[in-house]
Amino acid sequence: MNIVVLVKQVPDSGADRNLRTDDNTVDRGSANNVINEMDEYAIEEALKIKEAHGGEVTILTMGPDRATESIRKALSMGPDKAVHVVDDALHGSCAVATSKVLAAALGQLNADLVICGAESTDGRVQVLPHMIAERLGVAALTGARKLTVDGATLTVERQTEEGYEVVTASTPAVVSVWDTINEPRYPSFKGIMAAKKKPVQTFSLGDLGVAPTEVGFDGATSAVLEHTKRPPRSGGAKITDEGEGGVKLVEFLATEKFV
Amino acid sequence: MSEVLVVVEATREFGVKKVTLEMLTLARELGTPSAVVLGGTGAAEALSAKLGEYGAEKIYAAEGDEIDGYLVAPKATVIADLVKRVQPAAVLLASAQEGKEIAARLAVKLDNGILTDVVGLDADGTATQVAFAGSTIVKSKVTKGLPLVTVRPNSVNPTPAPATPAVEQLTVSVTDTDKLAKVVDRVAEQKGSRPELTEAGVVVSGGRGVGNADNFKLVEELADLLGGAVGASRAAVDSGFYPHQFQVGQTGKTVSPQLYVALGISGAIQHRAGMQTSKTIVAVNKDGEAPIFELADFGVVGDLFKIVPQAAEEIRKRK
Repeated sequence: MNIVVLVKQVPDSGADRNLRTDDNTVDRGSANNVINEMDEYAIEEALKIKEAHGGEVTILTMGPDRATESIRKALSMGPDKAVHVVDDALHGSCAVATSKVLAAALGQLNADLVICGAESTDGRVQVLPHMIAERLGVAALTGARKLTVDGATLTVERQTEEGYEVVTASTPAVVSVWDTINEPRYPSFKGIMAAKKKPVQTFSLGDLGVAPTEVGFDGATSAVLEHTKRPPRSGGAKITDEGEGGVKLVEFLATEKFV
Repeated sequence: MSEVLVVVEATREFGVKKVTLEMLTLARELGTPSAVVLGGTGAAEALSAKLGEYGAEKIYAAEGDEIDGYLVAPKATVIADLVKRVQPAAVLLASAQEGKEIAARLAVKLDNGILTDVVGLDADGTATQVAFAGSTIVKSKVTKGLPLVTVRPNSVNPTPAPATPAVEQLTVSVTDTDKLAKVVDRVAEQKGSRPELTEAGVVVSGGRGVGNADNFKLVEELADLLGGAVGASRAAVDSGFYPHQFQVGQTGKTVSPQLYVALGISGAIQHRAGMQTSKTIVAVNKDGEAPIFELADFGVVGDLFKIVPQAAEEIRKRK
């Protein structure tokens, strides 16, 4: 099975994250940039399918030059090769334009299965899997906590607020996964060394037949007008329990009218 | 005034969800609210009274197996056709899994911008969003097409404005491409009578300090006394104390209740990302240096196994 995993480089969600003051885009310059955590689960799932059914795993990333670090990191887990869509005109692209670019790249990769994280930790927008499926005219099985592959038939369990759904489709398809699906492997030393030699092909917008005016700020379908940092919360009263802690807690709740 | 389409979120068990009432309230500021019900046969009938109570002047219904038997693609097709016909002033959906997915497909079908996790929307279409785990407030706007917006639960105070909606059944004509992802089973998991986590006015969460799955009964008891939902930190979920769908945090649910009670939760960034926009935060932790106290409006340092039962007893006394 030919599997493509979408990987996004994001600012580390464990540190302070900011938007740029000049153009309101994500500040990548000052951030520690890492693989979107949810994408590691997508890579793991792809590798497991390859191990069980054979095939090839390709990483697909759209992002600036520095996303190369995340691509090598992804490859060190075990995928075979990578494709990096990189073009200065992409800076400032909205989700709709991003899906157009990724769909164009996927059109050249002939994937049976596209796997990605259910959301990225920076935008948490969760729209790309369905946008890509809509553009490619293939099935989208999203929010998977379990994926089973039987020949060309894919079955996922998808968490809902009332329980879960079992959803099935034939390949080609897009599957998005949550972090409940598996436990991603750590790259081995051998994997890290091997990743340095794995092929990374770059695509420009021209290679994909997408005009620069369709992406970036020119082609954006939405705009951030302004942003402000919210003042950090400050702690209030803190007491140490000396036998009456529970009662004092309820007294506080009562003054706030919760009890 | 132009119509504003509100795509209804409802559950089989509890009917119309609160976020739908919030969206109807918001829609009234922008135009005339029309609710769109997508579901199995008879879905609109069951929901119409509640939708009318909150100001829906019209209900569009698309019902049947063609809608209900597949993942979101048929729903998006039906709404896209409706948008082209009625030319609404805006389309509002819930900022939850399905609402975002339908919105995603609509954006591509209509070549239209999309804004998610919106907490406020002005009449001119300017939206307020909260980014980076509540640390940044963003003002944004759709610049191509109509405002296509997903609204985060607990953003607006829903207020009734009774109307008598007329129901219009839509003709469902979906393509084979819309029917590629077939739902073969829906399994309800026991949840009891507690409110849904993202919509609850009160959330009581337990962390690693709760110690084991059995002890989560304490968390549940306090939640029930306060009429709230139960949440759990990632540490608690990873340790198997509580199911994943109740996880609050960066890789779980984002909640913004009136009251958030953190029991035995240290307050790692992972967790704070999911709860720090709560109105009032209360914490109990044995470690007085735990970062959760930096957020808490009221904190008790001590043994939660002594403090929580005492608090529960005190609430019972006051009732």
